[in-house]
Amino acid sequence: MTDKTAMNSASVKRTILRIVNEILERNNGASDIVIIGVRTRGVHIAERIASAIEKLEGIRPPLGTLDITLYRDDLRQKTEWPKVKRTEIPFSVEDKKVILVDDVLYTGRTTRAAIEAIMDFGRPSAIQLAALIDRGHRELPIQPDYIGHKIETARTQEVRVLLKETDGKDEVLLVQD
Amino acid sequence: MEFERKHILGLEELNAEEITLVLDTAESMKEVSERDVKKVPALRGMTVCNLFFEPSTRTRSSFEIAEKRLSADVLNFTTSQSSVVKGESLLDTARNLEAMGASMIVIRHPMSGAPWLLAKELNSSIINAGDGSHEHPSQALLDLFTIRRMKGGIEGLKIVIVGDILHSRVARSNIWGFLKLGAEVRVVGPPTLIPKYIEKIDVRTFYNLSEAVVDADVIIMLRIQKERQDFEFFPSLREYSRFYGLTREKIKRAHENVTVMHPGPINRGVELSSDMADGPGSVILEQVSNGIAVRMAMFYLVASARRNG
Repeated sequence: MTDKTAMNSASVKRTILRIVNEILERNNGASDIVIIGVRTRGVHIAERIASAIEKLEGIRPPLGTLDITLYRDDLRQKTEWPKVKRTEIPFSVEDKKVILVDDVLYTGRTTRAAIEAIMDFGRPSAIQLAALIDRGHRELPIQPDYIGHKIETARTQEVRVLLKETDGKDEVLLVQD
Repeated sequence: MEFERKHILGLEELNAEEITLVLDTAESMKEVSERDVKKVPALRGMTVCNLFFEPSTRTRSSFEIAEKRLSADVLNFTTSQSSVVKGESLLDTARNLEAMGASMIVIRHPMSGAPWLLAKELNSSIINAGDGSHEHPSQALLDLFTIRRMKGGIEGLKIVIVGDILHSRVARSNIWGFLKLGAEVRVVGPPTLIPKYIEKIDVRTFYNLSEAVVDADVIIMLRIQKERQDFEFFPSLREYSRFYGLTREKIKRAHENVTVMHPGPINRGVELSSDMADGPGSVILEQVSNGIAVRMAMFYLVASARRNG
């Protein structure tokens, strides 16, 4: 097994800041924005985006946590069923611009499940997708609005996002089995 | 931890880790039940059959709501509407339901052991919704879930179960669950309604309610099953109520924040005075709403075990 560093700590920091600026530019500020992170690492990136927006704009957008386990369309194919965790969206998404945040965008099936879940909470005016890494291999017509890094990968490779909150350091690894 | 049981038949056979996994999963299901749109697609395409051989409103409705919230297709069979009245056996009825595509069967039956028979003979997953006076695992799990939410945990709690312990499947399943999660269990009731040798499973027995509730954290009142007993076990409802009905006076020696529970339906004025049933310590309606979340968790975990096994 060989690991290749695709992003280091400084690069992760710069990239998240760039995504934040793109979000603010596209939405003319943060007044109608809510941010929802997909468990697990998407939540931590979402938290960083919310904090950066607060620093730049003086307002902290509402922050939610989404567990998409109950919305997955691959439960019957999986050999292991994932443990269900809590979804916490303690605000209305009605007529809001939802920034959906995930660490890695791959087949698009997680994003589809996340969109379906968000729609069960209300009718946002828009859902925009931010991903730290886009590794390709889409199986559904899903296109991110904000991408940190686009990495060419083989299906046999794994993109592993490490974050300080869960892993003690910020790093993105390309792992070849 | 993976849930590896294809069936949920009773709490006697579940270990503490499995019980905790059900309760943790139910926390997520509770969140679904609190949304405006109380539905997720997790069991889309699966058919669940509710096979009830005894009258039941709340348990059957609770299972049905849980199934629908997970997007399963639901079939309801009650004895009076099925071919059982034409003499069809339980096994044949269940086999027919399985042939119609039911991958999970929820069964309530007056005979103890009926769910085990189906589990042995069918490919469908069997969920016990109450068998005779044996077990009622979903009720026990929802009681555990409710207590854990109220008290923050089960271990070390003093839990008193009051009433007809002998005939109560709720009591039997509760005792297994409470003991496995580390609670102290006390039972209290008329001597005729306490099973012999119950102390052998580490349960303390009392015949006086006021003594049993000393320092109690939780008191579970059982329903007097008028339909099962014909009052052979105590002289009259009035006498039962006088000795074993919960009142403000009798509860004085319990913990200040004691939680009062009842699996329902309540015989008001028999097991509980109205001020106790509707009082600040009562969580009877929370038990009902928590039942849906717990049953959703049971379906989800059994479905996962079916996939893996």
